[in-house]
Amino acid sequence: MGIVSKLRRTAAVAGFAAVAAMVSTAALAAGDTKHPEERDWHFSGIFGTVDVHSAQRGLQVYLEVCSGCHALKQVAYRNLSALGFTEGEIKAIAADFEVTAGPDSEGEMFQRPAIQSDNFVSPFPNEEAAKAANNGANPPDLSLQVKVHPDGANYIHALLTGYADAPDGVEVPDGASYNPFFRGGFIAMPQPLFEDGVEYSDGTAATVDQMATDVVNFLQWTAEPEMQQRKKMGFKVVIFMIILSALLYAGKRKLWANIDH
Amino acid sequence: MSAGNQTPVGNGLVKWIDSRLPVFSYLQKEYAEFQSPKNFNWFWNFGAILTFMLVLMMITGIFLAMQYQPNTELAFDSVERIMRDVNFGWLLRYMHANGGTFFFIAVYIHMFRGMYYGSYKNPRELLWILGVIILVLMMATAFMGYVLPWGQMSFWGATVITNLFSAIPLVGDSIVTLLWGGFSVDNATLNRFFALHYLLPFLIFGVVILHVISLHVSGSNNPLGVDPKGPQDTVSFHPYYTMKDSAGLAIFVTIFAFFVFFAPNFFGEPENYLAAQPLTTPAHIVPEWYFLPFFAILRSINFDIWFIEAKLGGVIAMFGAILVLFVLPWLDKSPVRSAKFRPVYKWFFWIFLLDCLLLGWVGGRAPDDLVFEGLALKVIHLGYLSTFWYFFHFIILLPLLGVFERPKPVPKSISESVLGGGNAGASATAKPMEKA
Amino acid sequence: MSDDTQNHDDHSGSRRDFLYLSAGAFAGVGGAIALWPFVDSMNPSADVLALSSVEVDVSQVEVGQRVTVKWRGKPVFVDRRTPAAIAEAVNTPLSDLRDPETDAQRTDRPEWLVIVGVCTHLGCVPLGQKASEPRGEWGGWFCPCHGSHYDTAGRIRKGPAPLNLPVPEHAFLTDTKIKIG
Repeated sequence: MGIVSKLRRTAAVAGFAAVAAMVSTAALAAGDTKHPEERDWHFSGIFGTVDVHSAQRGLQVYLEVCSGCHALKQVAYRNLSALGFTEGEIKAIAADFEVTAGPDSEGEMFQRPAIQSDNFVSPFPNEEAAKAANNGANPPDLSLQVKVHPDGANYIHALLTGYADAPDGVEVPDGASYNPFFRGGFIAMPQPLFEDGVEYSDGTAATVDQMATDVVNFLQWTAEPEMQQRKKMGFKVVIFMIILSALLYAGKRKLWANIDH
Repeated sequence: MSAGNQTPVGNGLVKWIDSRLPVFSYLQKEYAEFQSPKNFNWFWNFGAILTFMLVLMMITGIFLAMQYQPNTELAFDSVERIMRDVNFGWLLRYMHANGGTFFFIAVYIHMFRGMYYGSYKNPRELLWILGVIILVLMMATAFMGYVLPWGQMSFWGATVITNLFSAIPLVGDSIVTLLWGGFSVDNATLNRFFALHYLLPFLIFGVVILHVISLHVSGSNNPLGVDPKGPQDTVSFHPYYTMKDSAGLAIFVTIFAFFVFFAPNFFGEPENYLAAQPLTTPAHIVPEWYFLPFFAILRSINFDIWFIEAKLGGVIAMFGAILVLFVLPWLDKSPVRSAKFRPVYKWFFWIFLLDCLLLGWVGGRAPDDLVFEGLALKVIHLGYLSTFWYFFHFIILLPLLGVFERPKPVPKSISESVLGGGNAGASATAKPMEKA
Repeated sequence: MSDDTQNHDDHSGSRRDFLYLSAGAFAGVGGAIALWPFVDSMNPSADVLALSSVEVDVSQVEVGQRVTVKWRGKPVFVDRRTPAAIAEAVNTPLSDLRDPETDAQRTDRPEWLVIVGVCTHLGCVPLGQKASEPRGEWGGWFCPCHGSHYDTAGRIRKGPAPLNLPVPEHAFLTDTKIKIG
């Protein structure tokens, strides 16, 4: 496991331990929130990259399953070109959504189909509407969710695949579902992913695990679209700095060679 | 700075400027020819590193300020816009955020160096005080800067810390209202924090100039704590320390670059990627890591002391932890500067360092957590212990050590010590502390 | 003076000097490259560039009608010209023009004129888009600020403006959709 993931895991463990310890009145029968499984991600490590095909499938899952409740407002449709979509495909995806625009020459606001330069249209106009439609719970915007949670990728995958029957003796409140990975154990979101819930356009089998993986790959990209460029540049910069440090250190040694110090 | 261009034109222009504004001769005297002890170790590198980091923070900050919107409706999204749409915006942001962290790493190392080698002692007391002023300005700048992205931690950290001032008797609430510019941390607060965050670094820059001028009056301390006796003990700053500082800076920047490019959120709080929600408090509120020791001290005073309420007690302890640094030169009156020759103090220095790390750890945990599973020891208990030790070290230990410690013999001079293979000089008794 | 200055003045081309030179050059190159992200961050950002072109649906524009579209913060006049207006523009001798351009140079499809509605004198927005506004002596556009007259091809005819109203890069995606920019 790379040093970065080791560091992140340490931070995640610390974070989770703290979070778990805070849970006092939650009826998690087993005690603490379940720790997500460490998975191998295509984007991990110094040379990690976006699995573009998986992310494309993840977009499909987002559009067909998640976008009914969850916004993605930090992402613009035009950003999808980074995932390999053509201009035509992006326009088509955008055109499925309607944006409030205006005012027109009569001073009226009107609806128009979204275009490439628009940001992803939110399912609800504001937080109050979102809560009203979802039993008082606000489905969070997904753009940054992978970064909001420590070890976010593993956490989201675990959450999406982790729905289970509540243990014996534990009563699930109305409007909630049992999920051992969620803090407190009861999550307002009903299980979103089911086998073959989505028909992938590339023919990949849509198991729950596959869809969760694809969604996470997609959401990792929405959270950090610069990741590939950052790591590529980082490699060059760090190598450059190592060489420069070596040159300067050698120069220092030479310069100081005949000084008693 | 050129020791003198050979071309007449270059020389002529330099002379023309210099006779009217002696920049070049000043730099020549204070940076090129300036004599520094030749036995600096790598801990003496951090002053130059800090100067570089200050400039880096100011430059990245200004370019970020070109894009940032200091309004509660727009701030969070403007930072995301920087990350996504501004060319190299992600790089500016990550350099600035991680720059803050590395600025504090460097400043803490720089300060611990000073504490170990007695760099705060006569005649460098004011140098040390100016340094603590810089630290306080850095902390204010960092605190306000962290509010600007308007994430959950930005908002709630600001709320908790500004609320502390209400503990001040009589005028506390008015002060808090004044700080907020309203009835809670809101747009007025954000906007003024942006203005002040932009301003303070220029004040820091000014105090840094005073700090360096003060340093040049006394000259640098060195690992032996023994004043240079003559040119055999020193080298000219250029090229020896310009070169060494460049090398050390390059190594520091290499590590910095690793974090910026490969672990840019390692030191950050994930919760701050959630936009501020004034009606929802996060599970646990933590400041950035460099504030954790002081945060731990604040929370350790959770009991009333006579007529001082716990809240006020915590505030007094927290500010006291910084104020005690100002008077360090008068708490530690040992005539020997360097811990190299203070065997008892040396141990207590390392214990103090561990205590600071422990305080940092305590600050990051919830007070009622158990330290270990199964052992009835809570984090808050370690908080009491480490807070107590922090003040015990400064207020009781240092003055006592200064009087009762028997130091090792101090070398007569730097070069003698170097020639002798690092042995102490032949003097049988500890020398009284040398005046410059 | 200590004897350390000797090293500084040594120009004997030793390995030491080459080392300093390469370290310095390396640092210099790195420093120069490091400046670029700061400068480039001031260039138009991706969201600004995304609005650098706009698609206009002109299916509702009738012959003889003029519409105004916002593009890169500026007004663009789209004029569906009548045959008479086209003929006037085409039949103008170049010697009459301060800024000589044929009508064909300014439009691929003569029926559609697409020009930036910013007067080339000092930047006012010329009148003539609405039927109620004056169109100047050549039936095109009239700038009220200092009295520049533009003809039916948007070319300067009278008044202080030096150049014709600019034609932005544009293309017909379909017969009824124009992409400007």
